[in-house]
Amino acid sequence: MADIVFIAMMIVAIGGAIVALEADEIVYGAIALAGSLFGVAALFFLLDAPYVAVFQITVYVGAVAVLILFTVMLVRQEKWANEVPSRSITKLAGVLTGVAIAGSLVAAVVGSSLTSSTELENAAGYLQIGQLISTGYAPILEVLALVLAASVIGAITLSRADREENEQ
Amino acid sequence: MNTLTDYVFVSAVLFGIGIYGLVVKRSALRLLFSVEIMINAANLNFVAFSQYLWKDAVGQTVVLFSIALAAAEAAVILAIVVVAYRLHKDVDVSKLKELEG
Repeated sequence: MADIVFIAMMIVAIGGAIVALEADEIVYGAIALAGSLFGVAALFFLLDAPYVAVFQITVYVGAVAVLILFTVMLVRQEKWANEVPSRSITKLAGVLTGVAIAGSLVAAVVGSSLTSSTELENAAGYLQIGQLISTGYAPILEVLALVLAASVIGAITLSRADREENEQ
Repeated sequence: MNTLTDYVFVSAVLFGIGIYGLVVKRSALRLLFSVEIMINAANLNFVAFSQYLWKDAVGQTVVLFSIALAAAEAAVILAIVVVAYRLHKDVDVSKLKELEG
């Protein structure tokens, strides 16, 4: 049986995701997305992975959500308040695709022998994460640093060069 | 006590919501929301399986890398959205047709 905190955080994560996509005002959608990411972080806590949970809160809820919020406010328009609704056939297709994929994922796991795994004891902690990052996965960490730097520089270049063109 | 199936259920539902958003929405920002939701669903699966079945730190380490990659990807997408808005005053992906073949 799932406990009460799990159910509450499940509702926060799933409800936030739905509101993020369906809210009329896109700013509220961005805030709801931050709530959904926070709910997933709480699920990481429940999974005995506090380091990942705190990382998720700092990077996602702290940085990415604020970045999204600023961009939404930069490009927001009044006419989006009455955004053209998608055709109902598209909506039906979307719901059907989503339900089919989620249902098949759930069915695959329920039908397997994984349902018997209920114990969370002896889960790995900070020490193992640190050892992995600083030994076997160290090259990935280096490459990831380069990717982050390149993408941020690329983002700055993209949004700068265009402004200079407009001024000419 | 929570079982592995509970977490996989939450992850599958989040993934389904992300797929729904990708199919239905046309605003580039909503598509970014969908992708972030799907990345989160995948991360949740990684940590859940790693903690319940293998009990080592590889799943958590991979999720740390995945979160950092998602942050980089969000930065690039948001820059593209800002550029598209400057050029077209709109971020509806069905109207951005410069790269269409």
